[in-house]
Amino acid sequence: MLNENNLKRVEELKRRYPTTQALTLPVLWMVQEQEGYVSEASMQEVAELLNVTFAHVLGVVTFYTMFHTKPVGRHHIEVCTNVSCMLRGSEKIMSHLEHRLGVKCGETTPDKKVTLNETECLGACGYAPMLAIGEAYHEHLTPDKVDRLLEGLS
Amino acid sequence: MMLPPSHPDQATKWENVILPPTKDLHKIDVYRQGGGYGALKKALAMKPEEVIEEVKRSNLRGRGGACFPTGLKWSFMPKAGTKAKYLCVNGDESEPGTFKDRQIFEFNPHLLIEGTLIACWAMGITAAYIYIRGEYGKWIRMLERALEDAYSNRLVGENILDSGFTTQIYIHKGAGAYICGEESSLMNSIEGDRGYPRVKPPFPAQVGLWGCPTTINNVETIANVPVIIERGAAWYAGVGSPKHPGPLLVGVSGHVNQPGVYEMPTGVPLLEIIHKWSGGVPGHKGIKAVIPGGSSTMVLRGEALEGVRMDADSLKAAGSSVGTAGLIVMDEDTDLIAVITRIAKFYYHESCGQCTPCREGTGWLWKLLTRFEAGEARMSDVALLMDVANNIEGNTICALGDAAAWPVQSMLRQFRDEFERRTVDRPDDAPVSA
Ligand SMILES: Cc1cc2nc3c(=O)[nH]c(=O)nc-3n(C[C@H](O)[C@H](O)[C@H](O)COP(=O)(O)O)c2cc1C
Ligand code: SF4
Ligand code: FES
Repeated sequence: MLNENNLKRVEELKRRYPTTQALTLPVLWMVQEQEGYVSEASMQEVAELLNVTFAHVLGVVTFYTMFHTKPVGRHHIEVCTNVSCMLRGSEKIMSHLEHRLGVKCGETTPDKKVTLNETECLGACGYAPMLAIGEAYHEHLTPDKVDRLLEGLS
Repeated sequence: MMLPPSHPDQATKWENVILPPTKDLHKIDVYRQGGGYGALKKALAMKPEEVIEEVKRSNLRGRGGACFPTGLKWSFMPKAGTKAKYLCVNGDESEPGTFKDRQIFEFNPHLLIEGTLIACWAMGITAAYIYIRGEYGKWIRMLERALEDAYSNRLVGENILDSGFTTQIYIHKGAGAYICGEESSLMNSIEGDRGYPRVKPPFPAQVGLWGCPTTINNVETIANVPVIIERGAAWYAGVGSPKHPGPLLVGVSGHVNQPGVYEMPTGVPLLEIIHKWSGGVPGHKGIKAVIPGGSSTMVLRGEALEGVRMDADSLKAAGSSVGTAGLIVMDEDTDLIAVITRIAKFYYHESCGQCTPCREGTGWLWKLLTRFEAGEARMSDVALLMDVANNIEGNTICALGDAAAWPVQSMLRQFRDEFERRTVDRPDDAPVSA
């Protein structure tokens, strides 16, 4: 599971916290960055690495919305539909995306290229409407801008 | 080139101190050339108690939502004792309508680092964790970069500025959960657990992170600290509203021409913020309603904004609160039922499920509101909605329950007619109550 480099990072991180349990989130992030999602097998390995129970790791993974237990599409598009974005037309952005991708919110395109989701406020309310593709924020959206974004996805 | 957002001409004059328009201020050399880390030096020459006293005298109040006096909070930390002490800097920033801490990470990260160091010195803390929401990957990297520079300039770590003081600063990345902004949930999250809020008391200053005395402060709160030390408590206390002074980062979103984060003294009239700072409402439309301080604060009617100012007392008197100063503006054509339904869905989604009134109640609020949204509600649902909200308020472990109830309660009080209009059984000739 964790590659050499990440295992080294784990050792460094141990100095930052008085317990190994505190490394649960940082290590799960490493797993997800490496594998794209957190499988049950990885959870087992994280539990052993940190000397915590599998149930603990499972509880943490399922509590936080950013950890995926299944692989997601190559590009994960999340459209903020919370209040500030809604006031500036997030619904139009969502339906435009559904139309262009041919999937509904919550689905993945058949070629596994794109997963489309709605999300809660991402702290970009003044630059609404917005969406995130992975960690990249795209703000002040218009349908045209969305089209260009989709064209740029490999 | 990166610059913080600039503001057009406004009535209240203000020169930014939290987000000054200095090019490349995020770079440590630029920050130091402008006098950066001078406040740290000054603080290290003071006794820790003197630093706390200075922060008390400044009347700084927390920018994380509850406006708690920062100096007083710091003074709760035990002075003696052998246990470790911790500082948590809260950068979870997940309250809808709030996007200000992000500006500090991006434009002035060293101000946050310097403030963190001063806070640690004042409270005798040797480890601080800056908790940042997982979605802010880009901003986490920006702060990490600044922190590395501060470490390599020997401003953080061992024997800071040859004072003999040693403290570490670590960044902890969240993973998507609004509730982790609640201080006790945040500590559980740092401990590597699910973000369940803890029952209080005990309070964090006694039993916090890993059972040790802990202080939790918002990112913007901490960023104000170097300003207080540098310019003095008297100067700071004289900025803006006397009982809630200082510079304030106001995030404006919704129906305005120039949404964004604006730094201003506390106490600027909301109408000035909307019309002067944020360029007014598109199409010169009227304002139907505003939410003044993030989605958890009570809604205000547009006609009731005259004379209301962006500070704790004025907004309290108006029936709301300053919260995180995330001002959401809604024009005359806004469907407020759709707005409140979306807000209710958010709280339902974010409830951690520990307490029954919150877990069940937030679901009920949302379900009832979707009935209104679809035009399928009955007149009796108006009272039922209020009843459910009232049963959540004050009956839960943490304030998320209240945060879910308040917007619904205030929307019902202020705009009852909108709800009644969406019912199926309102007699056609019945007057709509105002
Ligand atoms: C549900 C909930 C979410 C919160 N989210 C945040 C947040 O994202 N950032 C924050 O600073 N405070 C948040 N708070 C407030 C914190 O509990 C705490 O009061 C604050 O961080 C203290 O900092 P201050 O005294 O500097 O304001 C939240 C509170 C609740 C009840
Ligand atoms: S009030 Fe809601 S979010 Fe807070 S502890 Fe109870 S169930 Fe969890
Ligand atoms: S409401 Fe969409 S980013 Fe805040």
